[in-house]
Amino acid sequence: MSLILRTATRFLLPLLLLFSLFLLLRGHNSPGGGFVGGLVAAAAFALYALAFDVATARQLLRIDPRRLIAAGLLVALGSGMAAWLARKPFMTGQWSSITLPGVGLVPLGTPLLFDLGVYLVVAGVMLTIILSLAEE
Amino acid sequence: MISGGIIVCVLSGFMLALLAPWLYRVGRRATAWILALLPFIQLMYFVSLAGPIARGEVFVFSSPWVPGLKINLSFYLDGLSLLFALLISGIGTLVVIYAGGYLAGHHQLGRFYAYLFMFMASMLGAVLANNVITLFVFWELTSLSSYVLIGFDHEREIARRAALQALLVTGVGGLALLAGLLLLGQVGGSLELSTLLNQGEVVRAHHLYLPILLLILAGAFTKSAQFPFHFWLPSAMEAPTPVSAYLHSATMVKAGVYLLARLGPVLGGSDAWHYLVTLAGAVTMLVGAALALFQTDLKRLLAYSTVSALGILTLLIGLDTALSIQAAMVFLLAHAFYKGALFLVAGAVDHETGTRDVTQLGGLRHVMPITAVAACLAALSMAGLPPLLGFISKELLYEAKLQAPRAAPLITGAGVLANVLLVAVAGIVGVRPFFRERMATPKNPHEAPLSLWLGPVILAGLGFIIGLLPNTLAGPLVSPAVTAVRAEPSEVTLALWHGLNPVLLLSVLTLASGMGVYLGQGVVRRATSRLEPIAQWGPARWYDVALEGLNALARIQTRLLQSGYLRYYLLMIIGATVGLTTYTLAARGGFPRPDGATDVRFYEGGVAALISLAAVAAVRARSRLAAVAALGVVGYGVALVYVLFGAPDLAMTQVLIESLTVILLVLVFYHLPRFASLSTQRARYRDVLVAVAAGGVMAALVLAATSIRFHPPISDYFAEKSLVQAHGRNVVNVILVDFRGMDTLGEITVLALAGIGAYALLKLRLERKESG
Repeated sequence: MSLILRTATRFLLPLLLLFSLFLLLRGHNSPGGGFVGGLVAAAAFALYALAFDVATARQLLRIDPRRLIAAGLLVALGSGMAAWLARKPFMTGQWSSITLPGVGLVPLGTPLLFDLGVYLVVAGVMLTIILSLAEE
Repeated sequence: MISGGIIVCVLSGFMLALLAPWLYRVGRRATAWILALLPFIQLMYFVSLAGPIARGEVFVFSSPWVPGLKINLSFYLDGLSLLFALLISGIGTLVVIYAGGYLAGHHQLGRFYAYLFMFMASMLGAVLANNVITLFVFWELTSLSSYVLIGFDHEREIARRAALQALLVTGVGGLALLAGLLLLGQVGGSLELSTLLNQGEVVRAHHLYLPILLLILAGAFTKSAQFPFHFWLPSAMEAPTPVSAYLHSATMVKAGVYLLARLGPVLGGSDAWHYLVTLAGAVTMLVGAALALFQTDLKRLLAYSTVSALGILTLLIGLDTALSIQAAMVFLLAHAFYKGALFLVAGAVDHETGTRDVTQLGGLRHVMPITAVAACLAALSMAGLPPLLGFISKELLYEAKLQAPRAAPLITGAGVLANVLLVAVAGIVGVRPFFRERMATPKNPHEAPLSLWLGPVILAGLGFIIGLLPNTLAGPLVSPAVTAVRAEPSEVTLALWHGLNPVLLLSVLTLASGMGVYLGQGVVRRATSRLEPIAQWGPARWYDVALEGLNALARIQTRLLQSGYLRYYLLMIIGATVGLTTYTLAARGGFPRPDGATDVRFYEGGVAALISLAAVAAVRARSRLAAVAALGVVGYGVALVYVLFGAPDLAMTQVLIESLTVILLVLVFYHLPRFASLSTQRARYRDVLVAVAAGGVMAALVLAATSIRFHPPISDYFAEKSLVQAHGRNVVNVILVDFRGMDTLGEITVLALAGIGAYALLKLRLERKESG
């Protein structure tokens, strides 16, 4: 693969990952969300795998994408079960907020956690398929 | 009395099941002793409740689970549940310790502990449940954990087969049970057992009584291995011995008996109940005892004698007299002790000598003295010799059978016959391997380690001690249990000596004949071996035939529907969708009428034209890359439509999916043969027709959906509540993660499965390529 693509990818990867997180976090109020975020993250690593090779991409990813799938499902399930602690039915959104310096009051809720689960599952599934295909 | 301890007992088992593999990594050899603390603490807890329960108290706990369906996570602890809970936690403690020694060094021991605790918690849940749905859930969990435990040596095909057989038989019974319990709930007006127990008259008088009875009996009989479903139990002996001792002798197989006893006050008392349960029990009792004599494998011998014992228990519950229930509860206790001990002994013998073939074993008392003592005590209890608990239980058993309301001589005769055979089995299993002359065995035996003899010694010792002091030790447990089953206060007096009476005579007769059969076992086996061809056609064969039939049916169906060509699948799916939708739209007059008024901006028209052109280009493309590029244009065009009509979320997702699809396609291209046009002219015309029809119907459907409104659209509701209830302004996302979060959870689960499936397919190909 070309030097230009490699060099560009080096810079694009962190930007894309940051962007995917941005999409995930803003999803509740503006266009975005876990699904899109997960896709962007997967695309970022897929790009890396194309520009370099799969082994390098895997190394960069550190964990096996299959683990991402499992982790995502557990996170999503766990976010639903959090409602039980408040003696509410499964998946009732639980909310609280924290004050971040410089940002102000930030509401935090279990739906965000759930979205994180979606993000992980989507990214994990896409990467599992793409990386295994590319390895072949 | 409300007690949260019950739910803690049940849930703590599941928690520990999750932790067990990690604990094993840290604790190694000591793990079993640490893990055994939990069932031991539970045992202590249940013992502490024995006093209040003997005084007539019951403990309950309830927490709403699915309130809309009247399903509660509710528990109910009375005399009957307590008896089972004590057995589960008590024998559980010993079995965990035993497993640590028996499977020491096994590379998947951590996983084994996890399964075992999953079973223990499920079993406790099943016998403590108050809500019938809760009961059913735990009941099925015991079947599932039994499946993984039988198939623990999953590399052996025969173990996998046995596991599947047990799961299918008990699973089918479980489905029947669910139907029966739901009907019972409908008829009785409640899903709580504690309420249903008072509804006996209503239920028995209802016209659905017989279906309810049959369905519930199907569940209980499959679980408790009653004839003709008994065959799964001997097959289940493929499990490691601790599992056989615990699940397939002491606890799980008695779940069916528990259910019968539990529902006795509701379903019992009718002729149908009496005949069905008694008959099933009697036949199972005889078949089990007779088949046991065929066997030479220690564990299979024990398994068939367990089948026989389960038959005895069922028979006693079917008789439904105060005496028979009393006999059942005492026998339950006696059997759990001696059979548990004998199974554990069989495991220890197997572990030390390397064989379980009784014809290869002899003289082990010299090398395994402690095990030998435990084995003999247990065998004598099984044979019904005084002063052991087995003797008391057998006396009660005969007394109950002599006083059976119907066909007493017949039932007594059958009972004596079965017991004669069981005396011989006791001798073969518990006595013979330790006496006679020493024989050469595959391994050179030594005394088993502490963890392997502790369990048998305690269980056999209990049978001895309780036999000496029956009224003091077993009385307070048995009386409340009988009270619970009879739904009337019952006081049980147990004694070793009942005086000279017909029952004692029967006992002596049984022992003498049993000894005869034991000594003449060779003759008996030769005589019965002529029956073996008949046994080949037994229920196990029916199971095989049914399973094979099912597979054949599936193969035929597969041949009809699954051609293996993607294009035919697509054709079928799209064709079916188009056909059904068109039919519905036409029949209901749902086709939208064009109203002429079009409000299309020029750029919208431009996008539509672009999409159409790209679609045509994709079809006409001469190379793959061109086709993919054209398809990409279609996808991005659709994304543009989303943007124009105010759905940025969709547009964003669409663009990304398109991009990733292109990447995937490019990766796949590498493996594909050269691009060639394979379709004939006719096939192309057909495809055009299908494609146009699909597009047309889809367009009509969308137009119809937007032009016809039966209800105000739900989107208004979502838009209104989004910020108020779910703190989000992006309605689409709020629907995905909150309002319809459950759907999304299901979808990502499917996505995960699809991902794993694709991965498996790819790896399978890779491995084949590497090996070939």
